[in-house]
Amino acid sequence: MGNPFGFTEFHRKMPAKRSSGTRVGDWREIYLNWDEKESRSQASRCMDCGVPFCNKGCPLGNLIPEFNDLVYEGNWEEAINRLHATNNFPEFTGRICPAPCEESCILSINNDPVTIEMIEKTISETAWNNNWIKPEPPTARTGKKVAVVGSGPAGLAAAQQLNRAGHSVSVFERSEVLGGLLTIGIPEFKLEKSVVYRRIEQIRKEGVKFYTKTNVGIDISHADLQKKFDAICLAGGSTVPRDLSIEGRNLSGIHFAMDYLSQQNAKLRGQTFLKKEEISAINKNVVIIGGGDTGADCLGTAHRQKASNVVQIEILPRPPKLRLPDNPWPERPFVFKSSSAHEEGGERDFSILTKKFIGDKQGRVTELQCVRVEWKHSIENNQTVMEEITGSDFIVKADLVLIAMGFIHPQHEGLLDNMQINYDIRGNVESDARMKSNIDGVFACGDMENGQSLVVQAIASGRRCARNIDVFLVGNSSLPSVQEYVRPFHNI
Amino acid sequence: MPLNEDVHLPDFSGVEKHGLYIPDLEHDSCGVGVVANIKGKPSHTIIEQGLTVLSNLSHRGATGSDQKTGDGAGILVQTPHKFFKKSMKHLGITLPNQNQYGVGMCFLPQRKDLYDLTINAIESSANKNDFQIIGWRKVPLNKEVIGVSARAIMPKIQQVFLSGPPNVTGDDLERKLYLIRKMAEREVSDKITDANKKELLREFYICSMSSRTVVYKGMLMPDQLGSFFHDLNDGDFVSVFSLVHSRFSTNTLGSWKLAHPYRFLAHNGEINTVRGNRNWMQSREKSLSSKYFGNDIENIKPICESDDPSDTASLDNVFELLRMTGRSVDHVAAMMMPAAWHGNKSMPKEVRDFYEYHGNIMEPWDGPAMVVFTDGNHLGAVLDRNGLRPFRYLVTKDDLLIMASETGVLPIEPSKVKIRSRLSPGKMFLVDFKEKRIVGTEEVLKRLASKKPYSNWLNKNRSILSKITTPNIYSDLDRETLLTKQITFGYTQEDLQVLIKPMSITGHQPQGSMGNDAPLAVLSDKPQNLFAYFKQSFAQVSNPPLDAIREELVTQRAVPVGRRPNIFEETPRHCRTLRIDHPIMTDNELATVKSIKIKGIKTALISTTFEVSKGVNGLEASIKRIQKEAVAAIEDGCTILILSDREVNKRNSFIPSLLSTGAVHHHLIKQKIRAQADLIVESGEPREVHHFATLLGYGASAINPYLAFETIEGLREISGVENEIPNRAQAEENYREAIEEGIVKTMAKMGISTIQSYTGAQIFEALGLSKKLVDEYFTWTISRIDGIGLEEIVQDNILWHSTAYSKDNIPSNLKLDIGGLYFWRSTGERHMWEPETLSLLQNATKRNDRLMFEKFEHASNIEQEKHLTIRNMLELAYSEPVPIDEVEPVIDIVKRFATGAISLGSISREAHETLAIATNRINARSNTGEGGEDPERFFHDPNGDSRSSAVKQIASGRFGVTTNYLINAKDIQIKMAQGAKPGEGGEIPGRKISEYIAYIRKTTPGIELISPPPHHDIYSIEDLAQLIYDLKNVNPSARIHVKLVSVAGVGIIAAGVAKGKGDVVLISGDSGGTGASPLSSIRHAGLPWELGLSETQQVLVANGLRNRITIQTDGQIKTSKDVAIAALMGAEEWGVATGALVAMGCIMLRKCHLNTCSVGIATQNPELRNLFKGTPESVINYFIFLAEGLREHMARLGFRKVNDMVGRVDKLRVRDNITHWKAKTLNLSPILHKAKVLDTDHAFCCVPQDHKLSESIDNKLIAICETAINENETVSSTLEINNTNRAVGANLSGLVAKKTGETGLPNGSINITFRGSAGNSFGAWLARGITFTVEGDANDYFGKGLSGGRLISKPDRDSILVAEQNIIIGNVALYGATGGEAYIRGIGGERFCVRNSAATAVVEGIGDHGCEYMTGGRVVILGETGRNFGAGMSGGIAYVWDPNLSFSKNFNGELSDLLDLDENSNDSDDLREIIRNHYIYTNSTVADNLLTNWKSRIKEFKKVLPREYANILQKKVQGSPDYANT
Repeated sequence: MGNPFGFTEFHRKMPAKRSSGTRVGDWREIYLNWDEKESRSQASRCMDCGVPFCNKGCPLGNLIPEFNDLVYEGNWEEAINRLHATNNFPEFTGRICPAPCEESCILSINNDPVTIEMIEKTISETAWNNNWIKPEPPTARTGKKVAVVGSGPAGLAAAQQLNRAGHSVSVFERSEVLGGLLTIGIPEFKLEKSVVYRRIEQIRKEGVKFYTKTNVGIDISHADLQKKFDAICLAGGSTVPRDLSIEGRNLSGIHFAMDYLSQQNAKLRGQTFLKKEEISAINKNVVIIGGGDTGADCLGTAHRQKASNVVQIEILPRPPKLRLPDNPWPERPFVFKSSSAHEEGGERDFSILTKKFIGDKQGRVTELQCVRVEWKHSIENNQTVMEEITGSDFIVKADLVLIAMGFIHPQHEGLLDNMQINYDIRGNVESDARMKSNIDGVFACGDMENGQSLVVQAIASGRRCARNIDVFLVGNSSLPSVQEYVRPFHNI
Repeated sequence: MPLNEDVHLPDFSGVEKHGLYIPDLEHDSCGVGVVANIKGKPSHTIIEQGLTVLSNLSHRGATGSDQKTGDGAGILVQTPHKFFKKSMKHLGITLPNQNQYGVGMCFLPQRKDLYDLTINAIESSANKNDFQIIGWRKVPLNKEVIGVSARAIMPKIQQVFLSGPPNVTGDDLERKLYLIRKMAEREVSDKITDANKKELLREFYICSMSSRTVVYKGMLMPDQLGSFFHDLNDGDFVSVFSLVHSRFSTNTLGSWKLAHPYRFLAHNGEINTVRGNRNWMQSREKSLSSKYFGNDIENIKPICESDDPSDTASLDNVFELLRMTGRSVDHVAAMMMPAAWHGNKSMPKEVRDFYEYHGNIMEPWDGPAMVVFTDGNHLGAVLDRNGLRPFRYLVTKDDLLIMASETGVLPIEPSKVKIRSRLSPGKMFLVDFKEKRIVGTEEVLKRLASKKPYSNWLNKNRSILSKITTPNIYSDLDRETLLTKQITFGYTQEDLQVLIKPMSITGHQPQGSMGNDAPLAVLSDKPQNLFAYFKQSFAQVSNPPLDAIREELVTQRAVPVGRRPNIFEETPRHCRTLRIDHPIMTDNELATVKSIKIKGIKTALISTTFEVSKGVNGLEASIKRIQKEAVAAIEDGCTILILSDREVNKRNSFIPSLLSTGAVHHHLIKQKIRAQADLIVESGEPREVHHFATLLGYGASAINPYLAFETIEGLREISGVENEIPNRAQAEENYREAIEEGIVKTMAKMGISTIQSYTGAQIFEALGLSKKLVDEYFTWTISRIDGIGLEEIVQDNILWHSTAYSKDNIPSNLKLDIGGLYFWRSTGERHMWEPETLSLLQNATKRNDRLMFEKFEHASNIEQEKHLTIRNMLELAYSEPVPIDEVEPVIDIVKRFATGAISLGSISREAHETLAIATNRINARSNTGEGGEDPERFFHDPNGDSRSSAVKQIASGRFGVTTNYLINAKDIQIKMAQGAKPGEGGEIPGRKISEYIAYIRKTTPGIELISPPPHHDIYSIEDLAQLIYDLKNVNPSARIHVKLVSVAGVGIIAAGVAKGKGDVVLISGDSGGTGASPLSSIRHAGLPWELGLSETQQVLVANGLRNRITIQTDGQIKTSKDVAIAALMGAEEWGVATGALVAMGCIMLRKCHLNTCSVGIATQNPELRNLFKGTPESVINYFIFLAEGLREHMARLGFRKVNDMVGRVDKLRVRDNITHWKAKTLNLSPILHKAKVLDTDHAFCCVPQDHKLSESIDNKLIAICETAINENETVSSTLEINNTNRAVGANLSGLVAKKTGETGLPNGSINITFRGSAGNSFGAWLARGITFTVEGDANDYFGKGLSGGRLISKPDRDSILVAEQNIIIGNVALYGATGGEAYIRGIGGERFCVRNSAATAVVEGIGDHGCEYMTGGRVVILGETGRNFGAGMSGGIAYVWDPNLSFSKNFNGELSDLLDLDENSNDSDDLREIIRNHYIYTNSTVADNLLTNWKSRIKEFKKVLPREYANILQKKVQGSPDYANT
């Protein structure tokens, strides 16, 4: 390893961000780039641990100590190879991953973790800028055909992997654009869409066929699909949002976060909307219900749409600033985090339950009635229960309410129900250890199989699924396994 | 003592057949003595004196469980003709004249039919050679004096007298007698059946058969010899010399025949290369022919007695053969045990050439050896090149020569002594009774060197590869094929990044830390190369590892290759060889060999590939093919066979290089033509040190790792701007140097100095290979639990090959496997410590959460298909449960835990003290490690906590080992080896030596510390017994504890430890931790504790020794199930180190050696130390969890007491659900074999050792000194002393330290003068305020550990010797001294002041390796020094009086500078003061002379000053630093 003393010599440092004043005026990404030297100093902080928890923390099993060392040595081309060995889309995860790797970084026990994600992004961009990332079509074709339903990160990863194994892959996407949540849901300022298209172009040139505006189950029957393809990979995501069924829910001006975010992305693609369809925050009091990442995305978007005031509320209590003793490393840290959107303004409040929506005569929402709650741990049944604090009711002004409370499960009606897919208790596609559903030849991955999760999980799941499908089709697989060693050609 | 008739005989038949005991691994060591009349005048007095010498060497021998049965004693003398004539006359038989007949001293079976069989064999062999049996004589014996065990297996002892044709005399007569003996032995051996084997092997043996000499020996104690054999007391029983020997064997499965002397020699030491030497002898058998034997040559084969496990027996067999075929005894000795000639400039060229020439004929018999030999007319002695055995001699005015392992073995009037001297390393000594004089080394060698024109022959015939190789020309690298090859040969990313790249940059082996927690090769899912199944063996106790770094001058890398003609002749043809100076060959060197055109050298290329599609059959067929090709090539006259896998391609894969090498090597040995050609391996497979070491070990003379070289170039081409790889030639040179350095170190671990004798020595144990495979291709290698065969090997091979040549080349795949062996990766090799287990244990212990601990245990006790260790394959056989409240309480169980020996220095002060506090609170034991301990910690803290480690370790570095340290120990642990790097010394990088660490260790801050690989006071088992005795004397209340590492034969060593009176023996597994160690040692040396522990339990129980000694085990024990298994296998105490560190926050960064531990544990960096967050509570929680878990297992197993479960392997069983394709080939039943416990015995420790302290002279001393200790009075006295008074002063000093701590008594409080020869360890750990003077001389370890006392040694007042020309003290004086003074008027032995850290010493001449590893103090040498002075000396100052300007050639300047002095020098006054003291205390004439002419004399001094130490001295501020806040 390069520099064992790096972490004692350098502090964690991120690249500069564009000032919040500037960046809310446009939709471009927030971080500026590092110079070469800074990347290398930051990479040299990696301790090359005997047991690198980052490698376990990363759902993809990214070879983090390896690429850190390569960056430290200035060997960028090897670094992108090492990154690509476990991750199809490092330029995505380098931007929008909550970086569980950094949370598990051993330095974070008593210091700031290595800037793994930013190093990953820097490697990717260096590689793209140097034209090192090219289509790499397979050398031979197996003659097997696979359909991938959904073009989000899971579907794309599965498609690229299956294609590399020599199968002929068709990706079906019901939207007009490819990329799933990457293009539809995630705001431009977090992930510029050109980044996604650039990668999809590579996949297309490698031989994967993409069909947009093709809703499987409607545009093509499942029976057709099953007939035409040797295997099907379901990667349609988790799309049914969690709702807040309280009084006043049917007032206008209350929307699901994803509807809001996707419309903004569509606008940036040049699509226009009728006034009555348009969801805009301009000059409005915006309330976001839900304190997670999607909520933060709404916050950033609302500011860019020139909202007059934005409040984000969360039912759970505000996390502590630092880890509590009962939450030691390497457990995921339960601490207060701010995203870049929070730097740009808005209020955040915690331990708040929304009791009802209040509207005006036109049926438009005007305010929320909320109450403060207390979370109490009951030792008897080892459960934490919520109690309202009497007399703490208050009113929040709201012209636009965005519900960002996550997703429940994939859409059942249509394809899944038609195929008579079995669901697990959470309503996700039930699959066996090899990710196969109850129907022969039909596999599932990503949020459709696991429920809503991170992009990095989706890519990992897509890779894993591709390997399983490969084994299903040809008996064994040279595709890499994820997070475990699998002995190839094990015939004893 | 009444004879205890109930004594049971040791019975090994069970454990040998079903268990882990291997009799071949028995060791012995001993005391040797000679008394001779140089003028050749025989007398009976010589015999009596010999017996006296023998009984004064008693303490170098041992007894077993039967206190009256010795390990063996014997005497070799000239044939006492007058006595025999008289005795035979009583039987009515007239003997011919002196030297006209032979006498055979025979051990014969007791059973009548077997007795007859052997008698007939001897008689018929005699008849076949035209000899007649004159008669048989029953040797009169006094059986009453010997032990029951000895008597039970005693053979009949008879002498046969035989005579031949009258014209057969002199050497011819000897040869005939030799032939008769060999034929008789062969005839008996041919008649061995299963029914008679045991008795014939045990009881039939011909001790000697000669006209010149006779051997009396047996399974006796030294003082029994004379009374047992009546003959020896007869006045007519006379000889010119007597050669006596007392044996210390590692166990009591005694054997009469294993006693020394053998026919030609007696030996103290061990031949480490004996396996290889025997193989080479067998290889030569076909080419043997001698004019002296003609067709009879067939009748003397096999040369080495095949059923005799003893190295000495084989040494003697070959010695005898070479003597019988025409060489003189001195010639034979020089040839078999050459001095370190290679690169020795001070040796005359003709002598070097003599040695090099003979190197072409015979490889050295390497190992610590002091051999005394005789053919009846000459008597000589030779000491091995390392000089690791002591040998002192004196000559009196009346021509009596006394030489022995110790001085003082025969009382001689001081006024009669003419010479007192010693044998130095590599030197020889000959008494020629015809010339009636002693012939010294120089003369002996000069005579030998001029026998033939050796130099001339060499110049004309021998080629040197480096001189005929043209410079490197490289072809361009083809990256595509490089990658394919790397995959084919199973390279991983780690091979490139962790091993090959660093080596090509630094020229050194890569280092690592923590232990090996990956699975055994046979349990892994990943494909494994064959090397991974071989574990390096190493020296511990019975022989010392060598110091390949500091004592490099004795190592030799060059090997001659080519054909070895008949060894009985010496012709120019014998050196028509190619000398390869580097066994790792570059591509170019190999190309040169391939195209060589030199007379007498012819090469053949044999392709070692097989057709991969044919699978195992293809592999087997190819092995047969290469064996056949090898034989054909030799028949065709080839002298070098190159085994090459260059032809690997899509169709053909490689035969594992170790397999092809072993297969050819052993096939040629079996064909007895191995000596006709040598093997060179050209392979893509070997890449790390261990690979090369195994290839050499199984017969390769040199190796060309072409793919490793190509890989370096591949890495170089893509390397970034940091960590650049140098140019190609330099990078290859660096790599080669790193590998060779590693090989030399690997050899040194086993005590071997030359690659030539390492070749074929097979110093490995196979783990996980089937017996069938091993017997076929790696014959004589130990493989105890069976395992995989060719079928599984081929599967791994196919996997690599098919991956490499796979059609589906998936873009962006990681082309080479990630590895994950050294550093955990999620897709890499499995590990015991991985994120899940680490976080579970940390959180469980931090939160005191038993449920989480159970989760940890569940994750760790890996089940089903994920075995990592042997114990993972076992389960507890629960039955007959008892209620848990009846099981002994946690509070008692936790006392049995120890943490590992982790030194302060390796870990931070905070971490070290936390461990001590935690263990002391629960009465468990923490361990200082080898770094000493701050004396402040010996006092309790105000809150009642104690930071004093219960176990104080004493390792080879002896850091901070003071009397006060030892007296404050509950256990004193002698570290013989460490699991992570057995056979190597501790290492701590300079960056970890802070001011505080240096203060504790008494060394210099910032300077790397390497401990010597051996304890310089333990080169063999009797030395260990001596150190145990020394330590027990200092602190009689401490348990003396010996730490060993698991390896085949460790049980036998443990038996030796028990006999040497150790109280505890620790069997460490191979997987234990380390602060810094070469990666190849962490991975490849030693064996799991399951094997070592089981073997130890089996051997100790069978020996009847188990109840005297406690067994502890450690090595990645981490769960209560591990503890339960350890107890059931025989350990009543357990060590848990890594787990305890994890409980304190260790996250297995594996950066201990870099000082960058980010959690403040393994670092001395103050900022990082601040990050330490560990608490005693977490550690205590861990131990309590383990104890609670163990209690639950005990309840379910039905045990109420831990002692009840010790050794109960019947409560263990192998899981029945093992389906792992490799794991299921193992046979664990030898581990689970339960040795039969004798009725009177227990399987756990319950009888204290009798250390015989009551017999010590210190009892008298303590009585004399009582008033000095208690009432501050001054005491003086004079006492007699002799060599059996050992460790004199240690007990007294211990008492002083107990009373006064570090301070000691006021100067001059106690003054004792001793007259005579002091025994070993005189003045050991002598405390401040005590002055001991010995008038006479002293043995080894004079002033060992000197802790402030003053020692004076001077010749007896009646002596007529010139003091400065004679030796007065033995080897290894002042080892590890931490204070005090020593004034020695006379010459000292080897390794004077090794590891001295503070004492001031004056001596008038010393042997080799003076001031080695010294870190402090002042040493003044007023005379000559031997070679290699100041090696590893990093502190202190030496002043050497060098009037003849000869010192610089002996000076090792690696770390020090040589400075001139004059009267204006700053140290002039100091030096004069020291010399003045020397004069005052000893009356030295040398000192007197120097002081008189000081101004001119001081200019003749040289000052040796370590460079870094000089810097520190300059910086040093006055006054001692305040360490309280460090």
